[in-house]
Amino acid sequence: MRPLIERRTTPSIAITVAAPAAATVLTVVFSFLFFDALGHNPVSTLHAFFVMPLSSLNGISEWLLKASPLILIALGLAIGFRANIWNIGAEGQLILGAVAATSIGLFYPDKESVFLLPLMILAGMLGGMAWAAIPAFLKHKCNTNEILVTLMLTYVATLLLSYLVHGPWRDPFGFNYPQTALLPPAAMFDPLSGPYRVNNSVYITIFAVGVTWFFTKYSFLSYRISVGGAAPTAARYAGYRESTSIWLGLMAGGAMAGIAGMAEVAGPLGQLSPHISPGYGFTAIIVAFIGRLHAVGILLGGLFISLLYIGGDAVQISLGMSSSVTRIFQGALLFFLLAADFLIFYRIRFVKG
Amino acid sequence: MDLFIAIFTGTIIAATPLIFAALGELVVEKSGVLNLGIEGMMLVGAAVAVWMHFAGFSMPVAILTATLAGSVASLIFAVLALTFATNQYAAGLALAILGSGISAYIGRGFGGAPIDGLSSISIPVISEIPIIGPLFFQYDPLVYLSYLMFACICWFLYRTKAGLVVRTVGESPESSHAIGFSVIRIRYMTTMFGGAMAGLGGAYLSIAYTPLWVENMTAGKGWIALALVVFATWRPTRIILGAWLFGAMTIFQLHGQALGFALPTEVLSAIPYLATIVVLVIISRNREILKLHFPASLAKPFKPSG
Amino acid sequence: MTPRLELQNISKRYPSVQANDGISLQVMPGEVHAILGENGAGKSTLMKIIYGIVRADEGEIFCNGQPIGVHKPTLSRKLGIEMVHQHFALFESVTVAENIAISFGGKYDIVKLSQQVSEVSERYGLPVNPRSLVHHLSVGERQRVEIVRCLLQNPKVLILDEPTSVLTPQAVSRLFETLRLLAAEGCSILYISHKLYEVKELCDTATVLRDGRVTGTISPKKTSTAEIAQLMVGTDLPQTVKKASKISDEHALVIRNVTTSSEDQFGASLNDISLSVRRGEIVGIAGVSGNGQAELERLISGETTLNDAESIQLFEQPIAHLDAGKRRDLGLAFIPVERLGRGAVPSHRLNENAVLTAYRLNMVENGLLKMNRANRFTEKVIKKFGVKANGLESVASSLSGGNLQKYIVGREIEQNPKFLLVAQPTWGLDVGAAAFVRQTLVNLCNSGTAVLVISEELDELFEICDRLLVLYQGRLSQSFQCNETSLEEIGILMAGATAVGSDNTRTSVHASSD
Repeated sequence: MRPLIERRTTPSIAITVAAPAAATVLTVVFSFLFFDALGHNPVSTLHAFFVMPLSSLNGISEWLLKASPLILIALGLAIGFRANIWNIGAEGQLILGAVAATSIGLFYPDKESVFLLPLMILAGMLGGMAWAAIPAFLKHKCNTNEILVTLMLTYVATLLLSYLVHGPWRDPFGFNYPQTALLPPAAMFDPLSGPYRVNNSVYITIFAVGVTWFFTKYSFLSYRISVGGAAPTAARYAGYRESTSIWLGLMAGGAMAGIAGMAEVAGPLGQLSPHISPGYGFTAIIVAFIGRLHAVGILLGGLFISLLYIGGDAVQISLGMSSSVTRIFQGALLFFLLAADFLIFYRIRFVKG
Repeated sequence: MDLFIAIFTGTIIAATPLIFAALGELVVEKSGVLNLGIEGMMLVGAAVAVWMHFAGFSMPVAILTATLAGSVASLIFAVLALTFATNQYAAGLALAILGSGISAYIGRGFGGAPIDGLSSISIPVISEIPIIGPLFFQYDPLVYLSYLMFACICWFLYRTKAGLVVRTVGESPESSHAIGFSVIRIRYMTTMFGGAMAGLGGAYLSIAYTPLWVENMTAGKGWIALALVVFATWRPTRIILGAWLFGAMTIFQLHGQALGFALPTEVLSAIPYLATIVVLVIISRNREILKLHFPASLAKPFKPSG
Repeated sequence: MTPRLELQNISKRYPSVQANDGISLQVMPGEVHAILGENGAGKSTLMKIIYGIVRADEGEIFCNGQPIGVHKPTLSRKLGIEMVHQHFALFESVTVAENIAISFGGKYDIVKLSQQVSEVSERYGLPVNPRSLVHHLSVGERQRVEIVRCLLQNPKVLILDEPTSVLTPQAVSRLFETLRLLAAEGCSILYISHKLYEVKELCDTATVLRDGRVTGTISPKKTSTAEIAQLMVGTDLPQTVKKASKISDEHALVIRNVTTSSEDQFGASLNDISLSVRRGEIVGIAGVSGNGQAELERLISGETTLNDAESIQLFEQPIAHLDAGKRRDLGLAFIPVERLGRGAVPSHRLNENAVLTAYRLNMVENGLLKMNRANRFTEKVIKKFGVKANGLESVASSLSGGNLQKYIVGREIEQNPKFLLVAQPTWGLDVGAAAFVRQTLVNLCNSGTAVLVISEELDELFEICDRLLVLYQGRLSQSFQCNETSLEEIGILMAGATAVGSDNTRTSVHASSD
């Protein structure tokens, strides 16, 4: 008997569900070995990682607070990835969204206006879109690789933010710290409940999950760009414009990342500082893939990865484990998920010989 | 004159890690594989080199281990993209993220601790020649190695049968398979070679260029190396030219204020990234040039049937 | 005498089809042996098994009486089995000599090899320049490279898979001369084809396959055509019924003096193309691929657009500036050669692929997909056009080439186009399906649609077309009424002779080599 690999004629639904489950099991097995090798008790580490953080309301609040931007950004990116548009600079778009929203929050004349928050959301969205429009324009007009441009612009965005908070926007009463003044209360999201940090911006994320789900499942526009992603020649044959894919793919990611950036400054941060994101824009790429570019999958993936973040913080404090462990853990998970994809598209059959 | 020499040698040194990483990626891409994870492999190489140094090993051993580590890291990508035929973009990103995590883990004990960097070798007699000597003959050994690798890769790709096989696998894995070449095995080898070169480039950063380890110290150099391959339109010679150009940008950023440009540091720091974009735009406009040496099967998963 | 090559009970199963089922055959030294069968009969799979690209599930192969164990192409070459592939396994970006060197063992010496290439090509009348880059070569030249590559190995068995499908009639007879010379020198030749008349002309023995089984081993020169066809098809050959044409005066498509430079620097450019197709008419464009066919397709389909809107008109509307979607809105449909990746999205299901172009049939409302309508449409196409698929949710890439072609033909025709562009309509189809597709095109035309067929199969064009033009090196010949010209005349034009004359009268015809 020897194994033979062949393509499936129709991907089975059972496998589509089983593959991520298998990946999760593999990750748990891997983490057992991994933590054991590092000299930690795997059971108590996993407990501290996944169970402890969720055993208090504050923990749940923090969990949702981190999951929200991840999900939001991943939704936007997924639309691009479906169209074969590889926006990996969501981090930069997030920064620009935060910068644009803060400019409204800080400089809008009426500090108590009810329009302040909606305007900031709009500004955040436009900021993110504007940053994503650069690679879109360059790809559309000059055929420039969007992976490299979006990434380079992320570095530029980080420098721009650094310039602003060290220079013109630095809070004059901020004891020379590189940060802006605090945003006025009307420019901040209200907390969801009580003393916890998670705020009303999660509604935006929930809304976005619904819209993205509907859009990808039912809209002809989404169908067209997915054709462009899966078979560009077929899209040209059918007369679907490549530029639609490029612009929509990048704008969706930019808009959502921009809003996520806005929600960070108008939520937990309250001001701009050099480090406003712990890499949400990059982690969201993982979330998008874990969620198989599907809205509901992304929702679950975002919650899962967020838990990994929170858990990572928790074990850092309770067990003194390095933050890099979390990253290795996330990477391993992505690795297993991608590998499990193979089972969806191929089957292994044993034949004589 | 001294300033010129400083800028020239600075450029050469700043170009070296890019040359390693980009030449490696060139070979990978020539075989039709797009590995976006250079940044991750460079970081692993950089961390491992310093780690070995602190563990008391000699420089050559540290460098060699870092090279191997880059190669091993590339296996993460190779298993996904080659064995499991997954999307190469996703697999490369996974490696970039994972590599950053692994390197941070390796380097957690000695972050920011400076080391005695790789010393330069002064070639007897010729390094004494005024101007010419300091310009060309007073670098560390890895700088010379990068140009030796360049020559070897040119020879390999265009003068040997193995190089021919790599190029044909990159053009059409199906045909290569039909002739009887093991496409997957060849791609594994090029990918691991690319990983080794990225690891070497990373090691150069941490033991010669900055001599110390800091988390995410590559600061996008892996991505710039990737851009260089596009810039070079898949030709080795142009990789060298491109690397010099970016090396010069980096030096300009360092010496900008000394040269009398009264710009905020952030603007100067942004120059290499902006330059990358500008160069990409100029190159990409002409689709013909891009197509000429483009490996036709780049980033397309291949799974032999039967 | 020991057979040079012997197969015993070879079987191979793919997920959806039994490709080979207990096939046995013998080939003697110096014999030209045909493997004859329809597309899909299992010929190509069998050849891949013999060459070692694909492994048989069951059965054994003997070479000179010795059983071959674990088979690989490298082993084939050691045994002297060489194969000229149907789709040439040549690499575009490297030179002829490098292409040949890559499959050679021993020392890598391009200079010496180039010399050998020149020698062999001279000896067998197969002119090739070892230093040219392959993408500069025509299809015929590429085939010569493939053959020269095989000949350099001094083959004992030479396998040719549908070698004439891309050749002009003149090039075919030259190829046959070379093959006869080789056989006379003792080389066994396995000649795979679905073209009966070629097999009758060239081969000593033929093994006929149908549905993966051997239906007969015959001597083609002594067996009647009808008898062989019966073995191949199982039934009598269907004939296309062409009614008297009712060609209207209304012009469907008009192209006026279009010259383009190719996007692809190795592709052909079109030179001063003028063409018109009227309603109720089938016009054929004959010619060997690579002479501007792909460019002409894209030009008409709208995958390439021009600035001068007036230079192409569809029902008197200027369309040259419109993209493919807008032209389809005006009633154009197009069946391309590349089914997978162009005519259909490989990873999408059949119902999703229906939406690709047929969404105009109410499958989209207010920007939203109506998949139930797409499903109904898909079911109709599958049923009406006899598409063998695992239901409307099977993925396009899981269908065989012929079935996917039927599906795409169905999808395009069911949209009731006013103008239909078809490229290689029956490429890869079995006889029954091919006849069905031809009949469908004729019926469509009789209902008033204008049809433009771009094809390499001259017989097919003569069977269904009213008028014919030849595309050679980016130039269109004058137009010929099908019933006033001959296969030979068109064949000569396909090979590069010129028919000069702007007023549609032929003034001179002189042949030149391709």
